[in-house]
Amino acid sequence: MHKATNTADIEQWTEIIEPKGRWFDLKLKEVWEYRDLIQIFIRRDVVSVYKQTILGPIWFFLGPLMTVFIYTFVFGTVAKIPTDNIPAPLFYLAGTTLWNYFSNCLSGASTTFTSNAHLFGKVYFPRLVAPISLILSNLVKLGVQFLVFLAFWAWYWYDGSITPNLYIAATPLLLLLMAGISLGTGIIISSYTTKYRDLSFFMPFAISILMYATPIIYPTSALPETYRLVAELNPIAHIIEAFRFAFTGGGSFSWWGLGYSTVFMVMSLLGGIVIFNKVERTFMDTV
Amino acid sequence: MATVIKVENVSKQYRLGNVGSGTMRDDLTRWWYRMQGKEDPLLKIGSTNDRSQKADSDYVWALKDINFEVQQGDVLGIIGRNGAGKSTLLKILSKTTAPTTGSVKVKGRIASLLEVGTGFHPELTGRENIYLNGAILGMRKHEITRKLDEIVDFAGVERYLDTPVKRYSSGMYVRLAFGVAAHLESEILIIDEVLAVGDAEFQKKCLGKMGEVSKGEGRTVLFVSHNMGAVATLCNEVIYMETGKVNKIGSASQIISDYINTGTKKSSEVYQENIKYKVECPYAFVNSIRVLSNGMCFDNYNLSEDIEIEMEFTVKHDDVAISASFHLLDNLGNCILATFNGPSATLNKDNFYGKKLKKGVYVTKATIPGNFLNDNSYKINAYLVPEDSSNMAIIEEAVEFTMVDTGAMRKEYTGSWIGQIRPKMLWETKYLG
Repeated sequence: MHKATNTADIEQWTEIIEPKGRWFDLKLKEVWEYRDLIQIFIRRDVVSVYKQTILGPIWFFLGPLMTVFIYTFVFGTVAKIPTDNIPAPLFYLAGTTLWNYFSNCLSGASTTFTSNAHLFGKVYFPRLVAPISLILSNLVKLGVQFLVFLAFWAWYWYDGSITPNLYIAATPLLLLLMAGISLGTGIIISSYTTKYRDLSFFMPFAISILMYATPIIYPTSALPETYRLVAELNPIAHIIEAFRFAFTGGGSFSWWGLGYSTVFMVMSLLGGIVIFNKVERTFMDTV
Repeated sequence: MATVIKVENVSKQYRLGNVGSGTMRDDLTRWWYRMQGKEDPLLKIGSTNDRSQKADSDYVWALKDINFEVQQGDVLGIIGRNGAGKSTLLKILSKTTAPTTGSVKVKGRIASLLEVGTGFHPELTGRENIYLNGAILGMRKHEITRKLDEIVDFAGVERYLDTPVKRYSSGMYVRLAFGVAAHLESEILIIDEVLAVGDAEFQKKCLGKMGEVSKGEGRTVLFVSHNMGAVATLCNEVIYMETGKVNKIGSASQIISDYINTGTKKSSEVYQENIKYKVECPYAFVNSIRVLSNGMCFDNYNLSEDIEIEMEFTVKHDDVAISASFHLLDNLGNCILATFNGPSATLNKDNFYGKKLKKGVYVTKATIPGNFLNDNSYKINAYLVPEDSSNMAIIEEAVEFTMVDTGAMRKEYTGSWIGQIRPKMLWETKYLG
């Protein structure tokens, strides 16, 4: 223990723990090394939710069905908000299926540090593993809810009341954008709520405000001209609109809009990972 | 032997008190200095980490200028009182928090066990949790699959493997968790007091496994514990930490005996002005109560050596008969024994017992033989009993001391040694054919 270190082996350290990390080290390679953990986390999240329930995974279906029933009644039948000539249940289902995914990911990722504090405080693994596996396990839930959507969609298509088109092929891109934006913004928020919790009180409101600012219960075409610009700035709005257009032919599809969403995603992801990696080093001291 | 861990000038500063507008101000100060390219001014302040002293600054150094190296295959024990910085050091080594200054250089993969069963999900089965916990600790899935049988065997929970762990007894839970940890393939293993739970048989198995890990496979183990017996058996090197600094580094037996013999010398002795009476006696008062080993006061005593409970008292009037009495309480306040200086309680004859005493100062002491108490902390209630016992002086929890097993008695058995006392007995086994 007191022996002098041989100068020859100074280069052999596999790791150096220091007060500050390098700014632009995204540590993605390390995340990749922990891919098995991501997979196991996803399994944990999916399996553990409906243990000890009788209906089990059927709850995945019942949730969106109930939402659609309420929306169709309240916004369609009572408030008579137009739906771009798309059958109302399908219109709401298209919007809420994607929106639920986005809002689950965003609210989950934004509490990464606070809700995993017990785990992060005891053992090290790349912290990004937690929000990434959250985004992916929500994707599994989205997949199940998507089946509900597809069932309705197939019915209306057979019925002839909608005109799907080849833009359907862009669906994976739309999901990727959703995932990326929610991950990026989520981890930024999570990084800023480790020390001062104020922002976390604002989050539930922010998410519901964002929902009403996104064409979920109304089509963009129903917006007065003056508010269109606001809708253009919302990166999620383009994605939802594009999705609805691809599957039903109603609404609009804008490559410009999706381009904007893509730029937004890349920026928020890069910024998010940099800030996240900076905060993760000492967040245990202040969380 | 190659150096696998090199800790250089590591310090860790914490802020005391709540996070609020005060921390906001400090954050802004820090930011302002950084923008100007100056050094963080808050790093210059901060007091050493002594729990009992009132803080003179909002910042405290949980660790200050820690330097040491660990060689491959070493089992390094880290000992020290509560708040000495042991856990903070482990947190930095296991990367759950970054140091404020300094650096740690590491060669090889580190697995840390600051808690057993980290990330265990109550709803998942034993098998699922083995994978979950293993992956959290850095194992690949195929590694876990390869070791699954060994882990299950080690933990002895085969029957419950497909039952959710929330149905497990706490012992089974710990076995499973330690089973996973013990089969990690990291070069360096960090362990923090995880052996505090689990039954004796299992503790022994774990300690055996740890020894095996370092000796057999050339792995390095860092082990924080208050169980001196375990430290003495397992570790070849020991770091003794005190108030955030490394007090001593050296061979296990040397450092452990230093640790046992140092203390603040406050709790095992008490003097006149600090004595708190529950009831005072009109005829006499107590000058001092001390716990002695070879004539000296310590906080910790070697449980294989004799200790003396000594009381010095002053009799205020001539011709009062006063006897002395002690109650020995364990850490939970249970009375282990009661004694006084009368013939029915003594081996010898105390010449002053039952006599009318003259005015003056007396000292009386009772010897507790070595190899009698267990490794536990004890308190003494002291009494001065005059003939009219309603007037006796009562001093509750007058002094406190700890008996420590140096490891000598733990050669054969390393588990938790239950029992209020641990006397050595006459034992005999005969061969009957």
